Parts: sequence; C-alpha cells; structure tokens
Amino acid sequence: MSTFLGMPGDFPKNAAKAVQDSQLRFNLRKATRTIRGKRGAVVAELPDWQELRAAGKAIKDHTLAHLDTYLLQLEEAVTAAGGTVHWARDAAEANRIVTELVQATGENEVVKVKSMATQEIGLNEHLAEQGITAYETDLAELIVQLGDDFPSHILVPAIHRNRAEIREIFLREMPDAPKDLTDEPKALAEAARLHLRERFLRAKVAVSGANFMIAETGTLVVLESEGNGRMCLTLPETLISVVGIEKLLPTWQDLEVFLQLLPRSSTGERMNPYTSTWTGSTDGQAFHLVLLDNGRTNVLADEVGRQALRCIRCSACLNVCPVYERAGGHAYGSVYPGPIGAILTPQLRGVETELDASLPYASSLCGACYEVCPVAIDIPEVLVDLRAKVPHKRAERAGMKVAGWVLDKPVRLARAQRLAIRFRGLAPRRLPGPMSAWTDTRDLPEIPEQSFRDWWESQ
Amino acid sequence: MRVALFITCVNDTLFPDTGRAVVSLLRRLGCEVEFPKAQTCCGQMHVNTGYKEQGARLARHFTEVFSGHEAVVAPSGSCAAMVREQYPRLIDEPVPRVYDLSEFLLDVLEVEDVGAYFPHRVTYHPTCHSLRGLKLGDKPARLLSKVRGLELVPLGGAEECCGFGGTFSVKNPAISAAMCSDKVRNVLDTGAEVLCAADNSCLMHIGGTLRRQRSGVRVMHLAEILASTEAAR
Repeated sequence: MSTFLGMPGDFPKNAAKAVQDSQLRFNLRKATRTIRGKRGAVVAELPDWQELRAAGKAIKDHTLAHLDTYLLQLEEAVTAAGGTVHWARDAAEANRIVTELVQATGENEVVKVKSMATQEIGLNEHLAEQGITAYETDLAELIVQLGDDFPSHILVPAIHRNRAEIREIFLREMPDAPKDLTDEPKALAEAARLHLRERFLRAKVAVSGANFMIAETGTLVVLESEGNGRMCLTLPETLISVVGIEKLLPTWQDLEVFLQLLPRSSTGERMNPYTSTWTGSTDGQAFHLVLLDNGRTNVLADEVGRQALRCIRCSACLNVCPVYERAGGHAYGSVYPGPIGAILTPQLRGVETELDASLPYASSLCGACYEVCPVAIDIPEVLVDLRAKVPHKRAERAGMKVAGWVLDKPVRLARAQRLAIRFRGLAPRRLPGPMSAWTDTRDLPEIPEQSFRDWWESQ
Repeated sequence: MRVALFITCVNDTLFPDTGRAVVSLLRRLGCEVEFPKAQTCCGQMHVNTGYKEQGARLARHFTEVFSGHEAVVAPSGSCAAMVREQYPRLIDEPVPRVYDLSEFLLDVLEVEDVGAYFPHRVTYHPTCHSLRGLKLGDKPARLLSKVRGLELVPLGGAEECCGFGGTFSVKNPAISAAMCSDKVRNVLDTGAEVLCAADNSCLMHIGGTLRRQRSGVRVMHLAEILASTEAAR
C-alpha cells in the first residue's frame, strides 16, 4: 500500500490539530449525524436486518476461505467474455499495468469512476508522473481533486467541505464555472455537470473500481448515486477496472444480499440510484481487469484480522464513530479513515511508521462501529489484537510492567493502596509527564481514607 | 443466596463506597456476600492497551479465584464485559459467570424495586460496555424508576461514548476531552443534580470534567443510589 499522507504526524497529534478546527467539526458533525439518522431509519424498516447481516458475513467468510478457487473461476469467466485479466501483487505492479494499458491506447488522459483501490495505490499520482492526466468524475472526488486535497471519508470524500467552500473551489479551479455561481447545491451540481460532460464525451479511456465481482459469470458491479459512473463505464473505448481480490462474490444470488446491505448502510437509501453491471468486452469497448493483492493475502492469513476483508466500504462505521466525528478523515493518514481504516491500514501497510502504529489506538473501543457494520466485522476485537502487535513505547512498557507486578498478588495491591492512602494529602492537582493528559481537562478523584478490601477486613 | 463480589481494582482502590453500597444492598435483599480476598484485577487495562500476556495472567488468576462460585457480581459493566466477551478469546480456562449488578438484581434475584429512597433529579449514562457489550438495555432505568423520590430525566445522546476508553483518555487526550465536553453539555442540559452510571471509570472521567468546570453536578454509581434508603438518611 502506498503511503498516503493527509497529515504528517501520528494520529493523536493529527487529531489534536483537527479537533481545534471549528469549521471542520461543524461540517463533520452535521454530515455524519444526517447520514446516521437516515441509515437508522431504513435499517429499522427491515425486520430481518440481523439475518441479512449474518448472511452477508457468512457469504464473505465462505468466499474468503475459497478465494483461490473463486478467483480462478472469475478469471476464466472474464476471459471467456472477451476481457483480459491482469494480476497485480502490489501497488507498483498495478500502477505499471494500468499505465502500460493506457499508453497502448495512445491516449494521455483518462476519466475515473470513484475508486478506493486506485486511491490506495496512488494511481493518479503515478499516471501524472507518466504524463497521463486522470480526471475524477464523482462529484465529491472532483471537489477533492480540484481543491488539491485528500479525501476524508470513504463514501463522501469531501465531507470536510461545506457548500460555501465548494463554491470557492469551483470558482477558483473550474475555468468553465459561471461567474455568478451561488452555493446552492443545485447550482453547484449543474456547474459540475457541465464541466464533466465535456470530459465524458472526449475521453477514450476510463479507469474504475468495483463494489463486487461475480465469479460465476465474470461480471463486475458498481453502485453509485450520480450516474457519472455509468457514463465512465459505457462511453470510453477502453475500460480498465482495478479491483481488490476480496471484492468477490460467488454468485448473483449472493449479490442480492449485498444490494440490500450496502445502500441502506452507506447512503441510508433503500436502493441506490444507479447499479451498473458489465461482463467482459463489448462491441466498441475493450475491457481489462486488474486484480489487486497489495497486502490482502497477508491480511487473509491472520486469523483475527482477516475479518476486515469482509468490508464492503459502506462507511457506516465512520458515521457512528465519535472519534472520527471529531478527528476527521485526514488524521488517519490513509484512504481508509475511521474505525475500518484503523484496522485495515495497519494490516495492509504494516506498523513501521509512528502513524500506522498509532492507528489501532484511535478508538475508545465503544463498539458503535461493530453494531452498525453490515458484515459484522468486530472492529474492537481486531483493534485490541493489533494493539498487541504494534511496538510499545519504553516508558509505557515499564509502567504496564509495574502495574502488572502490583496486580499479580493481592498483598502487593493492598500495600500499594495503603501507600497511596498514606500520601493522599500530597496528591498534586496536576500530574506531571504523560499523565498530565488526564489533569489538563479533568480533576483527579480523591484518594479515599480506606480501600474496599481494608474496610471489608475491618467490618 | 451466596454471592461472590468482584469489586474490581478501580473500585477497590478509588471508590470503596461503591463496594460498600453493593454489600449493603445485596445483604438487604437477603444475599450472603463473600469477598474472595485473593482477587485483584480483570486485566482489561493490559489487554486493551496491547499487553496481552500480562492481561492473560491476570485473567487466569481471576478464574482461579472465582471458579466454584455460583454467582459473581461486579459493579462495573466494563469489567463484567471483559470477563464475558474477552476471556474466552484470551484463555482456555472455563470462565466463571459474572453478572453486572443490574443483571443480577433483575435476572437472578428478580427484584425491580429494591426498596431504595433517593429524592433527587437523576440522569443516567448507559456506558458503552453496559450498553453494547453486556446489552443491559433498560435494566438500570427499570431499577432507577422504582426508587422512591427519584426523578429520572432522559440524557440526550445517551448512547454515545463519554471518551474515557481506559488508556485512550491519555493516549488521545484531545479527542477524549472533546467527547467528554459533549457528554457534559448533554448532562447539564438535563438539569439533573446527579449523573448516574454503572461504571466508576466512566464516572471518574465525566465527573472529573464536571468538577473541573465547577458545575455542581455530582456523579454516583448505580449501586450507591440503590443502596440509599429512607432509614439510612
């Protein structure tokens, strides 16, 4: 996974900076709570939601357990339908394959359907280095691209921007934007529409991702709201889809479960406006499928962590996360922010950097993410498991060792308690060192005159 | 009925009044309370901070101390959830059945009215591990609604985390404090005199903020409210 840096520091530092940004806080609070409310309403409508959720989990688990078989079945079906399948071990390989495919067409620009996988591998940046311009066509991605910015949400990449900010970006970066553009959503959408139409009609090559791939027929599926994705998928002469190997479903019947789970969990709609499916090449369009590993096989090998591969990128976990709501997406330094990012990024990218090692701690373990996850990923379980795998700071290790030593024997605990009680009058109002993080905003509890166990003895 | 009390290390050291309240409440309801003296800590802090082995050692010690007791009661949703949810993943030993206080009162003793008297305006914060871990639902509210004199006022955004999260509160202090300030605003909006919860760790965090702000709102563990009687006043 290529390094994607929204912000340079570790998570606590990034978050501490973001939490001061009142505009960001306001935008995030409003947007996440709106989607959260919509999701809650449409999920509550379904009496069999928990059964659907269990079915989604079971289908994904089965597919992941037999990924080798289904991937070969998919390759065979795509090939039979006239498509070409390419296997990419990592980001560099995927970027090279896509670049060569674009170069073979003789074109120097591509249009893009919103895709997490291509962001993960930094495709746009790589193409730019090779003289190929990639145009994002999803409205929110367009806003992010024009603003020379990073996405901060899986579903709503420009969630950190409000409409006044979007108007400013359009006026500054979109030459064909009307001079009297207002910040009315309708006017903003119309300006983007006119801007994008011209690109769609000109483009000869498109790059997409996919929400699902169906092994039995070799069909790819994209769910979207705007219809821009469908333009990308159908108009250009060459379509290149870059898809993570875990996006597989065995059959169309399995898709039925996910067409119910995904829209309700992500946009809070009963059904998304556009569902496009395509199989292989057609008259007038050549099709290439780049299957991306980029760390996924390693994740699959981890007994606890592999459940993260069930993720269908709905972002319900982001919208309920109290940490995400206050820190924003950029603090996670990855295309995958929020709770799912906190377990996916360290697994895909490793925990060598300070940022990646801090991600498993970017959670109070409140469990709201697990509750809403449509494929029942126990995010707190994976977070706790990852915390045992990241390097720990020396001072913390020493502190935990002392605490462990005291708690190992009741006698030691009782002695430590009596010691604390004897010096209770000396307890400072503000603690020194790393523990000042507590007393900066909170008073300490008073140390009582007697521990419970000593009271029990004395009664 | 014989009950073993798991006091938890935080209550033992910092909030003994909660433990005394549990003892007096359970005795009032006819239970014989035992306190296995070898108990220390459930290991939650170690496990959740990434120190699995030390946590597992404490977990094994816990199962050793409490095996053979038919009912273990803990006045902490979070420690009870640790034992119930995480122990089976952490250790091979059979895990003793641990009840949170309100589960024990309602599901085992089957009492809703514990004969308490507490003439104050109270709001209840359901804490994440009680709500989403143990799935206590409306159990604490049912107990509180039977307390004479008590006016229970609903808390806005009740199901949202207060931002404590154990070592999260010092590892991510800025976010933790931001979460708590929203929680505190919701508490103050209720006009309650007392904020009640079934976990003193969360109350230490919210209460510490309420005190720093000189808000005048007290925090109290559920057990302390349920133990209050007219006679004791």
